[in-house]
Amino acid sequence: MNTIATTDPLKTRSRQRSTLRGKLQDALPQIVLAPSFLLTIVFVYGFIVWTGYLSLTNSKTFPSYAITGTRAYERLWRWTLESDPPSSWYTSITNMGIFGSLYIGICLALGLLLAILLDQKIRGEGVLRPIFLYPMALSFIVTGVAWKWFLDPGLGLEQTLHHMGWTSFHFDWIKNKDFVIYTVVIAGVWQASGFVMAMFLAGLRGIDGEIMKAAQIDGASSFQLYRRIIIPLLRPIFLSAFIVLAHMAIKSYDLVVALTSGGPGGSAWLPSNFMYEYTFKRNEMAVGSASAIIMLMTISAIIVPYLYSELKEKAR
Amino acid sequence: MRTFLTTTAVVALALGSAFAPARAADVKEVQMLHWWTSGGEAAALNVLKQDLAKEGFAWKDVPVAGGGGDAAMTALKAMVAAGNLPTASQMLGYTVLDYAKAGVMGDLTDIAKKEGWDKAVPVALQKFSVYNGKWVAVPVNVHSVNWLWINKAVMDKIGGTQPKTFDDLIALLEKAKAAGVTPLALGGQAWQEATMFDSIVMSTGGSDFYKKAFNDLDDASLKSDTMKKAFDNLAKIVKYADANYSGRDWNLATAMVIKGDALVQVMGDWAKGEFVAAKKAPDADFLCYRFPGTDGSVIYNSDMFGMFNVPADRKSAQVALAAATLSKSFQSAFNVVKGSVPARTDVPDTAFDACGKKGMADLKSANESGKLVGSLAQGYGAAPAIANAYKDVVSKFVHGQIKTSDEAVKQLVQAIDDAR
Repeated sequence: MNTIATTDPLKTRSRQRSTLRGKLQDALPQIVLAPSFLLTIVFVYGFIVWTGYLSLTNSKTFPSYAITGTRAYERLWRWTLESDPPSSWYTSITNMGIFGSLYIGICLALGLLLAILLDQKIRGEGVLRPIFLYPMALSFIVTGVAWKWFLDPGLGLEQTLHHMGWTSFHFDWIKNKDFVIYTVVIAGVWQASGFVMAMFLAGLRGIDGEIMKAAQIDGASSFQLYRRIIIPLLRPIFLSAFIVLAHMAIKSYDLVVALTSGGPGGSAWLPSNFMYEYTFKRNEMAVGSASAIIMLMTISAIIVPYLYSELKEKAR
Repeated sequence: MRTFLTTTAVVALALGSAFAPARAADVKEVQMLHWWTSGGEAAALNVLKQDLAKEGFAWKDVPVAGGGGDAAMTALKAMVAAGNLPTASQMLGYTVLDYAKAGVMGDLTDIAKKEGWDKAVPVALQKFSVYNGKWVAVPVNVHSVNWLWINKAVMDKIGGTQPKTFDDLIALLEKAKAAGVTPLALGGQAWQEATMFDSIVMSTGGSDFYKKAFNDLDDASLKSDTMKKAFDNLAKIVKYADANYSGRDWNLATAMVIKGDALVQVMGDWAKGEFVAAKKAPDADFLCYRFPGTDGSVIYNSDMFGMFNVPADRKSAQVALAAATLSKSFQSAFNVVKGSVPARTDVPDTAFDACGKKGMADLKSANESGKLVGSLAQGYGAAPAIANAYKDVVSKFVHGQIKTSDEAVKQLVQAIDDAR
């Protein structure tokens, strides 16, 4: 804080004033910042520490404060290895892997494709862009409920096609324990890919036209142009989109609840569902806290290296 | 940095004093946390509000964002943690005991003695309303889980009769299937599957077995061949559901029976509310039978009003609420609307329909013969951690993650051990 303050010329000038008003003005930015600083300290970092603490107790319905060791983590670890029949935790983390990789991967690919197609100076771009972007404006609950009806074999797509005469059509993923997680991917991708498209579109518009012209003069085909020049230039966008999608994937909770209510036999659970279920419905606060800490460590494993590399580049 | 932290601290103090709680307790007011906000339930609760208004007590709902029992329980947890106790809260089974253990429940023993609740309220229910000899909650109603709800028109069409044994039931379902009707209306959500399994276990092993396994959590019973047979029976009956049952809400399954798309639903007596709301009459349009093999026994769950340890100046309102809740007139008026039966056995059954009358008679006889047992699926058999572990296993068995009844029994024992 102070290092920034002393280099500020305005600040140095005001420091010479010693009136009350001057002092107050001096302190103004700090006074304004203080509440949000305090709130963040308490409600983000304070509660992270609190959750970590609870995960080492044997808290059930209510927090208990005596540290009793790592039993919650041991249980989670045992459940991690329990694949047949799958424990709820095993289902949650494997679903996280499937959902996370497909959701991020398809969103990136689809977003990039849409952005490239929209960038071909086509007519009506102004109409198409908001159409693709619009799903992002919906909440996960709305997305979930709408897709739930659409994918329900007795209500939506399958029923409609049967009425139209295609009676052999069969699509019951949402009712199938092995495929229900993929319906979550479908709904998630539908919602987020337009947003990723907007990010890539902004990136494409930012590329210097001279580079492209030079490449075209050198005889590069448009495939080569994208493959060798444009996509590598979009690297920072990939990174930002990845971070945005990754954290959205990890905290997806409402989508699973609205779309599948947990799926047949709990087969659509993600770790966040697990955490909520155990903490609030099953009164196993310690286990819930331990799973929350594991989720936090997963997110950190992704975010920290990113922040580190970003800050290092800035410092250079 | 240090000056910054100092300023932060000063601002924090200033904010803290500005937001310090400033509210005076109103003696003539009942603060009530509940999730009976929809149609019939809200109307039923209005009776209580009017009863209290006659005695001069105002009613204030504690708002719950999002509605539903889970949101209400989360809100309650936060209120209790903040020391901001409501007069009473709608609560279920073990939640009352959890809060009583935490020492935040009030004591209604004086009024209970005066009104003779010990004798009027079924003994099995007192396990949840009395803690360490003190009355901490009052039951509002008793639901029972082991019912079959049958569409009479469909039943007549296929020429079926009341099933007396589990095999009869399977034969009946087979008849419906042959006639091209969906035999079993099932909602494929964990709690519904487990609710049905409650009835199957009692039908397979009898009420003593049910009590040993699902209330006392006796290891030998949980591991027994009877339990294995119950899982086999579950597998048999689930085959009669339509292909699209997974994830269906219970009231949609009930609607299938009401419309005649399906023959039977195995569900608690709250399903009757749906029939009544659709202007269907018992015996004329629909039939209510006990799940075959469970006649004379009742697997119950119950809504309770937990009474908190409020300051002395709010106590009179609380006592009035408790007394009004257990009054015979309210018990009758409320339960006629809700579809459940009164939580005391000495209420006249004149206002009830045929199913309600049967429910009340069954409750009375089950209470006397010790065949009134708490539903594990509905959280009256064991603590929530265990009840949910049980629902997991049943649901995983129904949906095929657990493939055999041997494996299911093994998983059940392990899951319950884990959650203990």
